[in-house]
Amino acid sequence: MNVPPFRIKAFGPQAVLLEWPARLDAETLSDLLGFTDYLKTRCLDSEHWEYIPIYHSLTLVNRVEQVDMNELGRNLKQWYGDYPGPVGFQPEEWELPVCYESDFGPDLEAVASRLNLSVDALIRAHTSRPFRVYGIGFLPGFLYLGDVPESLQVPRKESPRLKVAKGSVGLAGKQTGVYPQDSPGGWNIIGNCPIPLFDPKQDPPCLIGAGDLVRFRAVSRAEYDLHKIEADVGVYDFKKKYGNAKG
Amino acid sequence: MLKVKDPGFYTSVQDLGRYGYRHMGVPPSGALDQAAAARVNHLLENEDSAALLEMTMHGAVLEFTEPTYFALSGALMEVLLNGEPIEEEQVYKVEQGDELDCRHIRQGLRAYMGVRGGLQTDKRLGSRSYFLAVTKARKLSAHEELPYKPCEAYEPRILKLSPARLYKEYKLEAFPGPEYDLLNQKQRELLFGKEFHLAKEHDRMACQLQENLPAHDIPMITSATLPGTVQITPSGKLIILLRDGQTTGGYPRILQLSERALNILAQKRFGDSVRFISAGHTSRTF
Repeated sequence: MNVPPFRIKAFGPQAVLLEWPARLDAETLSDLLGFTDYLKTRCLDSEHWEYIPIYHSLTLVNRVEQVDMNELGRNLKQWYGDYPGPVGFQPEEWELPVCYESDFGPDLEAVASRLNLSVDALIRAHTSRPFRVYGIGFLPGFLYLGDVPESLQVPRKESPRLKVAKGSVGLAGKQTGVYPQDSPGGWNIIGNCPIPLFDPKQDPPCLIGAGDLVRFRAVSRAEYDLHKIEADVGVYDFKKKYGNAKG
Repeated sequence: MLKVKDPGFYTSVQDLGRYGYRHMGVPPSGALDQAAAARVNHLLENEDSAALLEMTMHGAVLEFTEPTYFALSGALMEVLLNGEPIEEEQVYKVEQGDELDCRHIRQGLRAYMGVRGGLQTDKRLGSRSYFLAVTKARKLSAHEELPYKPCEAYEPRILKLSPARLYKEYKLEAFPGPEYDLLNQKQRELLFGKEFHLAKEHDRMACQLQENLPAHDIPMITSATLPGTVQITPSGKLIILLRDGQTTGGYPRILQLSERALNILAQKRFGDSVRFISAGHTSRTF
C-alpha cells in the first residue's frame, strides 16, 4: 500500500488541498497529475468536482455541496493506496513560434546585457530546450512554465507595466511564459507569440495542459504575421502544425 | 429584447457561474451576491441558472420590446417604471415600450434585475456570465440588446417577498485558510478582533481592506485560490478574492469565507466596516 506523500488540508467547506513536498520537479508533478487523472476517472463524480493542479499542490473543489472532510480524507488516502502511479501519463510537447524582434520584446536587450549574453545567444538559450507546464492560472490560459536554467534567470521588473500586450513572452526568476491576454504584468518581455493560448470559442479553450512541455521557436516578422493572420481568421491548426512534436 | 439605453456605472449579465475551467485559469464568475440573484429567480419562478443583470453603484436605463414580468433584489436602489417609483422584491408586468429607469443605489452596492425565463444571451463555456477573456465584453454598453422570451400569460405565485437586506450585515463567517497556521498569535488576534474597512480597490475580481496586519515573510509557492479566499501580501495587506478572482495566487491564504459571507461582502462599498467571525473550526490537516 502506497503511503500518500501529500498532506491534506481543508480549504473552506467545499474544497480540499493536497500538498506534495515542496519540490518543484517533474517527478512530483507527474505523480500529482497521474493521481488527478485517477481521481477523475475512478473515484470522484466529475459533475461535482473541479481539479486545480499547480506546482506541488492539487486543489479539489466541490461546486455543489459541502464536503465531509473526515470521510474525504480517509478516502483520499485509500485511493492513493490503490493508485498504480502515473503509468499512463503522457505529456505532449508543443512548439510555439515567437518573434523576438525588439518592438515585440521591449526588455530583450536589457535582459541580454544583464545575463552577459548577446541578444542572439539569449534567443538561442530560450529556444534550445523545452519548458514544463507546472500549471495554468493567474489569467485564463496563462501557463506557468518552469525549469528555466540559472543562466536565463532575471528578477521581475521593479515596477510592473500597466499593460503587457497579448502574446508577450516573459522571463521572471525560474519562470517563463506567454501572456494570453492584455494584462498588467511585471515580467521582462522578450518577444511575442502570435498563436492564441486561450480561445473561448473552442471547448476546451486551452489545448496545452499541466505536465506538457513547451518549446519556443524563433520566427521572422513575416512568419509571425502569417501565423497571426491564420489565427485571426481561424485557419491556424494549432495541433496539426505545432502539435505533438514527439510524432 | 431588453434595450440598453444607458448601461449605468457597471452592469453585466450574470448567472450561477462557469464551472469546469478553473484548471485553465478561468474563474467561476456569476452573480457576486448569489442570494439576491436567487431571490429574483425565485420570485419569477425561473430556473436557478437563469441569467440576470447585476448593476453596481448606479443602475441602467432599459426598454422592454416585448411583454414580460420582472423583479429586482439586492441593494436598495431608486427605480422608476415609466416614471413611477417601484419597489424591489416584487413582480411587475411590463408591455412593449415600457421603460425601467434604475438609478442611484442608496444602500448596499449591487442590485439584480431578472425577467421571466431569464436573459437569453449567448452562452460561452457553459455560462452567460460576462468575463472579459471569455465573453466579448466585461460590462454592458449603450445600445446593446439583450434577448429574452416574451411572456404574456403568467400568474406569479409569489407577488412580493419581504426584503432580505443582507447589505445591513457586516459579520463575515470565515474558515481557516491553508496557511492560517503560519500566522502568529498577534496576527490571529487582530484578524478576528479588529474591525476592518473596505478600501477603494473593489471590483468583481477582488476587494482590499484598509487596515493591514503586521508584515510577514511566510514563503509561498503558487497554488489555487477560490472566491472568498483572504490573502495576505508581504506588507500585511488583506485581499479578498471575489467570483472573478484569479484561480491561482502566490500570497498566503489565511481565511476562506463562507458563501453567505461572500454575498454580504458583495454589498459592501468603500469605507463600510466588516468583521471576520471564526466559523468554529480549527485549521485541519489530515
